[in-house]
Amino acid sequence: MTTDTTKLQVKDLNFYYGGFHALKNINLSIASKKVTAFIGPSGCGKSTLLRIFNRMYELYPGLRAEGQILMDGKNILDKDVDINLLRAKVGMVFQKPTPFPMSIYDNVTFGVKLYEKLSKSEMDDRVEWALRKAALWEEVKDKLKQSGHSLSGGQQQRLCIARAVASKPEVLLLDEPTSALDPISTAQIEELVNELKENYTIAIVTHNMQQAARVSDFTAYMYLGDLIEFGDTDTIFTAPKQKATEDYITGKFG
Amino acid sequence: MDHNLYRQRRVVNSFNMVMSMLAVGFGLFWLVWILWTLFSYGLGGINLSVFTQSTPPPGSTGGLANAIYGSLLMTFFGTLIGTPIGILAGVYLAEFGERGWLAPATRFINDILLSAPSIVIGLFVYEIYVISVGHFSGWAGALALAIIVVPVVVRTTENMLRLVPNTLREAAAALGAPQWKVVMMVTLRASKAGVLTGILLAVARISGETAPLLFTALNNQFWSSNMNQPMANLPVVIFQFAMSPYEDWHALAWAGALLITVSVLGLNVLARWLGKQNNSQ
Repeated sequence: MTTDTTKLQVKDLNFYYGGFHALKNINLSIASKKVTAFIGPSGCGKSTLLRIFNRMYELYPGLRAEGQILMDGKNILDKDVDINLLRAKVGMVFQKPTPFPMSIYDNVTFGVKLYEKLSKSEMDDRVEWALRKAALWEEVKDKLKQSGHSLSGGQQQRLCIARAVASKPEVLLLDEPTSALDPISTAQIEELVNELKENYTIAIVTHNMQQAARVSDFTAYMYLGDLIEFGDTDTIFTAPKQKATEDYITGKFG
Repeated sequence: MDHNLYRQRRVVNSFNMVMSMLAVGFGLFWLVWILWTLFSYGLGGINLSVFTQSTPPPGSTGGLANAIYGSLLMTFFGTLIGTPIGILAGVYLAEFGERGWLAPATRFINDILLSAPSIVIGLFVYEIYVISVGHFSGWAGALALAIIVVPVVVRTTENMLRLVPNTLREAAAALGAPQWKVVMMVTLRASKAGVLTGILLAVARISGETAPLLFTALNNQFWSSNMNQPMANLPVVIFQFAMSPYEDWHALAWAGALLITVSVLGLNVLARWLGKQNNSQ
């Protein structure tokens, strides 16, 4: 992990929910165009960490982050960083599918329209491109005008991925994207993650250790707000340095 | 197993069941009686002239056309004035009022307004508007109705927006959408049917209000579409005609009461249906 391939560098990051110290002195680097997985038991802070990368926590009062997260050398936690522009660059897909109450087409264009002025045909192309990226095009190409709610859970989640991809972000944050899905949809989305990393830096939070092993290049194991171990996935899963990591991944704990 | 204990529980259960059913029957009895009376007296009075002729002097034939028209006009303007204010305030309470004291204070005052007796609202408009312009008018009536619409719409809009899961707001914000866009494009859209239901319920509420109109629009014997003049309306006509000693006025009052009841019933059914659409989304 040398600096020229680092997309996000976390430096001395602390996070507080009011008085509760949720993340303690986190330091790590997220490599460009790789998949970094965050694993650990519930409440260990992995989702919290993910939600700092796009400053999602600022939607709620009383939450506070200290330290630095450098994206291409610029601290995204700086007050003068425009939060909406940051979120346009750092896309996110959530645990539960969240299609907007509008057509499939409008779902995909929602983020694009915010920051780009495209002609009708350019927009059509973009929608097809994004839906193809999310491996959903073949299933929905004849019903783009239908409501996003008419799709199945797995399709809805892929629609959300298409929506996040459509505005061409640099980083994709996936917060347990398959925990609400059946095994087939899960496999489709994992395959997708593998393809998407050609172009995007991906950070994924997962409760499923096999998933982390399958899709990620780097893995971070967190516990009670501490980063216990971080390294390339093969090492973490075959020869972890910490006893705690080994206990967790072998299922003795967690 | 203690069979005695079980038998005892069954007895208590049957007793409570019977009492509940009696209570339901008691409540329904009055409702059915009211509807029955309304239909048996009102249905005979309904004919074409009710909709085509204006309120008559005692002893001659006539209808309720001017009152129906006046009611529609004032309900329309009352809703038109009250709805945007109510929706905007509801959006503020649900989406922007997370921090600070303004939202809780507004919510508290809105709840008071929601349960304020409508006669107080009538007196209020009488005092600030009717007295200052010097005469009763349709606008004063519409204004009083608007004041009744506002808290109903505020409450339902806020409640419906709060039903929208936060994950949807987060998903929109995560794409870089500013908050007003999140509200306009996503949350309001997601609760569209619910908000519309609230508006319909507000319309149903004001279409039967008498007290606020008594002090503001008063009444008008003749057809009038001038909102600056006193204006006929169903509730006040019913009040006046029902209190009169004339038989034919009584018949018209019953017909008017039936009309209001049926339209309120219709609005409620429509609102329920819309609410269902919202849930199934």
